[in-house]
Amino acid sequence: MIRYYLEFEKPIEELELKIEELRRISNGKDIDISSEIKKLEKKVRDIRSEIFSTLTPWQKTLIARHPDRPYTLDYINLITDDFIELHGDRRFSDDKAIVGGLAKINNITVVIIGHQKGRGTKERIQRNFGQPHPEGYRKALRLMKLAERFKRPIITFIDTPGAYPGIGAEERGQAEAIAVNLMEMSRIRTPIISIVIGEGGSGGALALGVADRIFMLEYSIYSVISPEGCAAILWKKNGDLSYEDFSRAASALRLTAQDLISFKIIDGIIPEPLGGAHRDPEWMAKKILENILTAVEELKTKTPGKLIEERYRRLRRTGSFEEMK
Amino acid sequence: MAWFKKTKETKTDKKVKTQEGLWVKCDSCKEIIYKKEIDRNLKVCPKCNYHFRIRARDRLKLLIDEGSATELDSDLMSGDPLDFKDITPYKERLKENQKKSGLHESAISVDALIEGHAVSLVIMDFSFMGGSMGSVVGEKVSRAAEQALEKKQPLIIVSSSGGARMQEGIFSLMQMAKTSAAIGRLKDNGIPYISVLCDPTFGGVTASFAMLGDIIIAEPKSLIGFAGPRVIEQTIKQQLPEDFQRAEFLLEHGLIDIVVNRKDLKRTLARLIEFLS
Ligand SMILES: [Zn+2]
Repeated sequence: MIRYYLEFEKPIEELELKIEELRRISNGKDIDISSEIKKLEKKVRDIRSEIFSTLTPWQKTLIARHPDRPYTLDYINLITDDFIELHGDRRFSDDKAIVGGLAKINNITVVIIGHQKGRGTKERIQRNFGQPHPEGYRKALRLMKLAERFKRPIITFIDTPGAYPGIGAEERGQAEAIAVNLMEMSRIRTPIISIVIGEGGSGGALALGVADRIFMLEYSIYSVISPEGCAAILWKKNGDLSYEDFSRAASALRLTAQDLISFKIIDGIIPEPLGGAHRDPEWMAKKILENILTAVEELKTKTPGKLIEERYRRLRRTGSFEEMK
Repeated sequence: MAWFKKTKETKTDKKVKTQEGLWVKCDSCKEIIYKKEIDRNLKVCPKCNYHFRIRARDRLKLLIDEGSATELDSDLMSGDPLDFKDITPYKERLKENQKKSGLHESAISVDALIEGHAVSLVIMDFSFMGGSMGSVVGEKVSRAAEQALEKKQPLIIVSSSGGARMQEGIFSLMQMAKTSAAIGRLKDNGIPYISVLCDPTFGGVTASFAMLGDIIIAEPKSLIGFAGPRVIEQTIKQQLPEDFQRAEFLLEHGLIDIVVNRKDLKRTLARLIEFLS
């Protein structure tokens, strides 16, 4: 398996390549180098936990966007016993940057909706790199209304660089589609649980993210603007921006899961395996499922009226201002 | 989202400078026009009908019955939840804008009469940090909606904004959900909400309360959209047509109800309120 290593993971890459090499040499031969391999493996673990214990917000951003990171459909495969994908907004088309459908998890029927990035060039283009058009948001809302009618909880997975900025998207009302989702999600009479699994890019992410419980994976991000966009506004250098600029912007934006829990905007952080979710998708999926089941259990006791009242109160609380009376 | 604000802010500054002179260059038709002529014409270009951006307090005078306004929540002051520092710390940037604009924030909220009808009215001011929405704007809009509900009177919001305020990060993003939820409560209770879009309205403001009006009005030629034209051009690598994202373009695509001239705005609002209440 060819792994993709981020720049700051280079020391890990070197050691892991060496281990593989040793394994190949020892394979079928008499020489016993297992103790040597064990030593190296320990070293990899140590280096990795050292690197991952001091990640900067920009490094977390890169992990959140890691090409090997599990996407919505990967988690759907791993956590559901049954799933039927449903397509289309019944108005214009089926946006492949958002997927959704009916699923069974632990014998509970739920509606799962999420942004979907593609893997490999062809699928990435097909899914528009996880950047939805208005039809995607309208499909999502249609499925949420379906869940509401049949009294099923809604699970959303958030993972997008943002809503797509294009001509068709504007012509068909990108802003209206997002706005309507925000308003409708605030008063859907069934529990909504949102999990940021990768990139929470601005309004295009929030349009699936008005919920009763919001979780973020340990190395996911959620922000009003990307670090690149922020850096371009702050330090216009005619596109001549460096990783250092992005890194500064990422820190200034306070976009990590740890920041958001300290702001009380999210309810919990779901820990990732060492090295990130892509290092052990099965383990990650199990953790996600545990959190979903606990939240569903907790929310199902609430009447629809209480649910939307609490959801409204939660939204009304967000903000940072003083009243100078 | 917030990219729009800074570029446009400097543009506004420049315009203010030329406006101190006797002549003004129209943003739309590029004609040089005698400033007094524009002022007499409610700051509308007599050559091409481009509606220049106007200050929130001037707009207020144009829309309400004289002396009928009670300002609400004028004492709300933004916090600095991220401790955000760019070239200037956020706190200082706010102070500069407050001094420059004579406003505490990029929106004012009033209780007022329009041709005798009581309304809750919020007006955004683009000259204050590009009309960007932070916690205070989000709170003012939400409170205005709640007040409209309580008093059973129409809500009117006049938008002009580059979008969410980057300096408040995730807090500004969440104002989109908060304001949309507050508007949602009006829909359940038969309280009319009229949204007026002015040049320019973008990003997190368009993608929340601004596009949720029972009736959506725009001023002629206003630029209105989700993504800013420059971001779109960079993404699709082609030039955009001249009319793209203009009010008339939105009307053509079924995204707004009517385009109304500034001089007719007050009368139109009053008529709509009469129809709906
Ligand atoms: Zn003109």
